[in-house]
Amino acid sequence: MEFFFQQLTNGLAVGGIYALIALGYTMVYGVLKLINFAHGDLFMIGAYLGLTLLTALGLADRLGPFGVIAALAAMVLVLVAILGVLLERVAYRPLRQAHRLSAVVSALGASIFFQNIVMIVYGAKFLVYPHDLLPRTVVHLFGMPVPLIRILILVASVVMMVALYTFIQRTKIGTAIRAAAIDQGAARLMGINVDRVIALVFVIGPALGGAAGLMVGVYYGQINFTMGWIYGLKAFTAAILGGIGNIPGAMVGGLLLGLIEAFAAAYLSIAWKDAFAFCVLILILIVRPTGLLGERVAEKV
Amino acid sequence: MKNKRWIVYLVFTALLMASPAMLNRYWTDVLNVVGLYVMLALSLNIILGHCGMFHMGHAAFYAVGAYTTAILNTTCNLPVLWLMPVSGLLAGLFALVIARPIIHLRGDYLLIVTIGFVEIVRIALINNVFGITGGANGIFGIDRPTVFGMKIRTPAQFFYLIWFFVAVTIFLFHKLEHSRFGRALNYIREDDVAAAGSGIDTAHYKLIAFVIGAVWAGFCGTLFAAKMTIIAPESFNFWESVLLFMIVLLGGRGSIPGVILGTFLVIGLPELFRQFATARMLVFGAVMIGMMIFRPEGILPPQPRAYRLDGSAEPEEAA
Repeated sequence: MEFFFQQLTNGLAVGGIYALIALGYTMVYGVLKLINFAHGDLFMIGAYLGLTLLTALGLADRLGPFGVIAALAAMVLVLVAILGVLLERVAYRPLRQAHRLSAVVSALGASIFFQNIVMIVYGAKFLVYPHDLLPRTVVHLFGMPVPLIRILILVASVVMMVALYTFIQRTKIGTAIRAAAIDQGAARLMGINVDRVIALVFVIGPALGGAAGLMVGVYYGQINFTMGWIYGLKAFTAAILGGIGNIPGAMVGGLLLGLIEAFAAAYLSIAWKDAFAFCVLILILIVRPTGLLGERVAEKV
Repeated sequence: MKNKRWIVYLVFTALLMASPAMLNRYWTDVLNVVGLYVMLALSLNIILGHCGMFHMGHAAFYAVGAYTTAILNTTCNLPVLWLMPVSGLLAGLFALVIARPIIHLRGDYLLIVTIGFVEIVRIALINNVFGITGGANGIFGIDRPTVFGMKIRTPAQFFYLIWFFVAVTIFLFHKLEHSRFGRALNYIREDDVAAAGSGIDTAHYKLIAFVIGAVWAGFCGTLFAAKMTIIAPESFNFWESVLLFMIVLLGGRGSIPGVILGTFLVIGLPELFRQFATARMLVFGAVMIGMMIFRPEGILPPQPRAYRLDGSAEPEEAA
């Protein structure tokens, strides 16, 4: 039972991270119908920036352990968001009218660019986050020991997701984002500045991705310049699983994928862990071709 | 205009054919790799370029072909080149089985599923599925191919073997492109609802396009196994599929000269800039963004189909 509970909490924590990255994919897809292949790399850059800021500013001595994380998160969020906006300006905006696949190649180019710039600056080796960043406290939940960090990650990602959902559903700007996702032309006629909506999406998505990068650094302790691909692919899978373009779908898909992976690795075979995730994805798509929560798109004739 | 194009093609072919005599072993080998990728990219071009299906898992079929050749050659001692049809057939069969339930998926859903397949295949190979794939180390000791009693071993010999198959591929795919089948695929790419409305069995055509592409990738797998004599799962990872995807889009979807040029750029250029070691891929990424911004349809997009007024169905290249 305790083993099961450990897998459950681990799966939820990893799933929360996937969900945060998946939100970036799904939001960009929602408004631009573009798979932003560079999103995983923005996430990776978030992890590297977190480490750099941590060591360069020496925050750990001045603030408490939780203050450090909060300060780091704030800075990483802003920096990665700036990068996201720049990416959209340089690589995607000129291709707004072009065929969808042209923008995909541009995104792949941006991904290669980001990966290599990080490799040149930081080197190809794994970098290590300090071990004593957070106290290794173990909390007892329902009589089961759970590392505090897992709870923190899960809570932080759920808080961010709920905040985003409320923002999208309840505010005027959120309504504008939803309108632009449904029909850009009509949204423009209604007086919505679609360019600003798109820029805003490239602020929110990368910021969440950067936060996820920081979480992975703190949770696993080591980061590498290629991790953007691995996590990006997983998160993209999660976004599709939930139905791409659908914000609650990305959350459900992320958490589900984290759980599937954790349980498959624990009870079936760790070597086949990644294959299980894809098998489940394929099975779900065969039954529901637009994902779990994806809407059926009417065929245009 | 049309003649000029042909002159360019002829000069290019002549230069290419003479190149092993002018280049050293290393550069001849680079051209061999380019040749293999041209063949692979042309086969992906049928699926992605002509039929417009977002397929990012081509390395899976390539892997099936290469492993079929490697396993049958090392265990049953069958000659490598004779295994080419077998490899192609198995890759095609594999494509048929996996594509059947997913062929109706729309754009990006198909994309992630094909990525999923390439990852599942790679993980299966690493985990030594059925105990025949040799795990993470792969399979080694594959025989060199023999043509008319001559054993092919030097890069120059391989050059002519590989580019012979590339030439055959170009010829056949050119015919395919200008056939009823090719036109049907293009119609599906442009608007599959309208195509279905005009009586094209879209699912059927999509499936055939998928299988043809896979069979060809299987053939390439044989050549790859014969050239390397060692194969390992890492040669067939997701990145390979992405490279092929980029070649087709960068060169020009549905254009044979475009895809060939794209291969030279994507595979050849990074070799040319090897002395800049670390920065070359950085530049490569930036160049890709730039190329897409300035030529979103690819470097050499296909010429629009044009027909003579006398009603003959023979397509003419647009002037």
